[in-house]
Amino acid sequence: MTLKDKCCIVGIGNTAYTRGTDKTTMQLHLEAALKALADAGLKPSDVDAVIPNAVAGTIAEDFILNLGIRDLHMTSTMHNGGAAIGSAVQSACMAVATGIASCALLVAGRRGYSAQRASKGVTGSPLPVMNTAHEFEAPFGHGNVPMWFGSACRRHMHLYGTKSEHLGRIAVTCRKHANLNPQALMYSKPMTLDDHQNSPIIVDPFHLLDASLETDGAGALVIVSAERARDLPKTPVYVMGIAEGHPPCPTSITQKEDMADMEGLRLAKPRAFGMAEVDLKDFDFAEIYDGYSWITAASLEALGFCGKGEVGPFVESVSLEIGGNLPINTHGGLLSEAHVSGVNHFIEAVRQLRREVEPARQVKDCEIGLVTSAGDFHEGVVAILRR
Amino acid sequence: MAEYIKPLPKPLPETMFTAGFWDACRRHELVIQRCKACGKYRHYPQLMCPQCYSMEWEWSKVSGKGKVYTYVVTHRPFNPGWANEVPYASVTVELDEGVRMVSNVIDVKPEDVEIGTPVEVEFVDVTEEVTLPMFKKAR
Repeated sequence: MTLKDKCCIVGIGNTAYTRGTDKTTMQLHLEAALKALADAGLKPSDVDAVIPNAVAGTIAEDFILNLGIRDLHMTSTMHNGGAAIGSAVQSACMAVATGIASCALLVAGRRGYSAQRASKGVTGSPLPVMNTAHEFEAPFGHGNVPMWFGSACRRHMHLYGTKSEHLGRIAVTCRKHANLNPQALMYSKPMTLDDHQNSPIIVDPFHLLDASLETDGAGALVIVSAERARDLPKTPVYVMGIAEGHPPCPTSITQKEDMADMEGLRLAKPRAFGMAEVDLKDFDFAEIYDGYSWITAASLEALGFCGKGEVGPFVESVSLEIGGNLPINTHGGLLSEAHVSGVNHFIEAVRQLRREVEPARQVKDCEIGLVTSAGDFHEGVVAILRR
Repeated sequence: MAEYIKPLPKPLPETMFTAGFWDACRRHELVIQRCKACGKYRHYPQLMCPQCYSMEWEWSKVSGKGKVYTYVVTHRPFNPGWANEVPYASVTVELDEGVRMVSNVIDVKPEDVEIGTPVEVEFVDVTEEVTLPMFKKAR
């Protein structure tokens, strides 16, 4: 048995992306959930699987309560940080394809600006996966995300000669796409490579404009069987292939054999590509997780778009913009649309494949898209979607 | 002594087996967990040897010498404990025994930290109860 083409994302929905909200995280999740269900042509009473997101801190019980779900068949909470939404898609497809459930609701996003604000050292309730780093690294002023990924990025620069300008090219690409996307937080704020280079250094080697956006907001996906999807109003988007990668040393980046490698994606890629029976040349676009610009850079290597250590020359020679060789993060990504734990990468891929985005942003005639999630210490999920 | 407001290492109830590391620091000794069955060093502490699956282990005193493996320089204080110290460097040191640990290098300016610099441990008593293993340039 394979999961290939067994399930479809039939509903997508998101709240406004803001910097400041008077809503709770659960309110945001419910708002996104209702939009996604309406988009799918389904009702809350159709939902029999809910997959919450541990980073958001929401629980299935609150979805049962508020959506009035009478008979939930399955729930499982994903704990791999920014990779959780990708893992949620895999688990939802497993549940639906095996008949455990018929309609899965997946929700992610949080109050990343109003409550869990990373730059203020506020990350919400402590996640167990961070215990080791908090005990052994935080006492040295090394207890936050940019320090961990900055250490990995520094290795990358040391080993391969990667430069801040290379990361800047990725950030600028995301910004150009956000400038075409009215719901992006950075819609009306253009950015040049000089702007990137002149932005304040937060944690060297990262400038401010290498970091994703602290955002209040949420997004939701609805997944049903391919058979049922064909009876629903919107163009179904098939999950062709999906795989999770959970590499060794998952509780700190420090002990990784190669911290400069997005190992979770490297592990997941052959399984996801094998399931989908696709290769790199088949993708019309790629929505690549971008908690930091460097994560996207290293992901391009782990996925095989370029060789290990070659992302610098790669981004100098290949256009990652819409209309170019490989359009990435066509919504602006977490860097310039919003950071809602990567659910917006899936939402954008679905919109692109339905061909319903603004004409200037639409990847023409797109058929197949790649989506990645990455979280914690190099956990990764690779998903391949088609219309 | 001014109040110490930086985060301190706190072994959690489920990970109390790490306490021996901090107790040794208090004695100004750097110890690393070592498998009694196969001799493999491991850090950060964990219950089982991932190489031979033995749960028998001991704290082994190590040289305290190593090299800077990677580093970052924090300019924007994410924690109020460092508000008056930015920019500061945090380094990942690869010990001669092969394991890595995050720390600070006390006698090198942030802009002068480099990958490959040989360093040796220097214990800093940050409170009456807690000593942190920091590093200085190896002589």
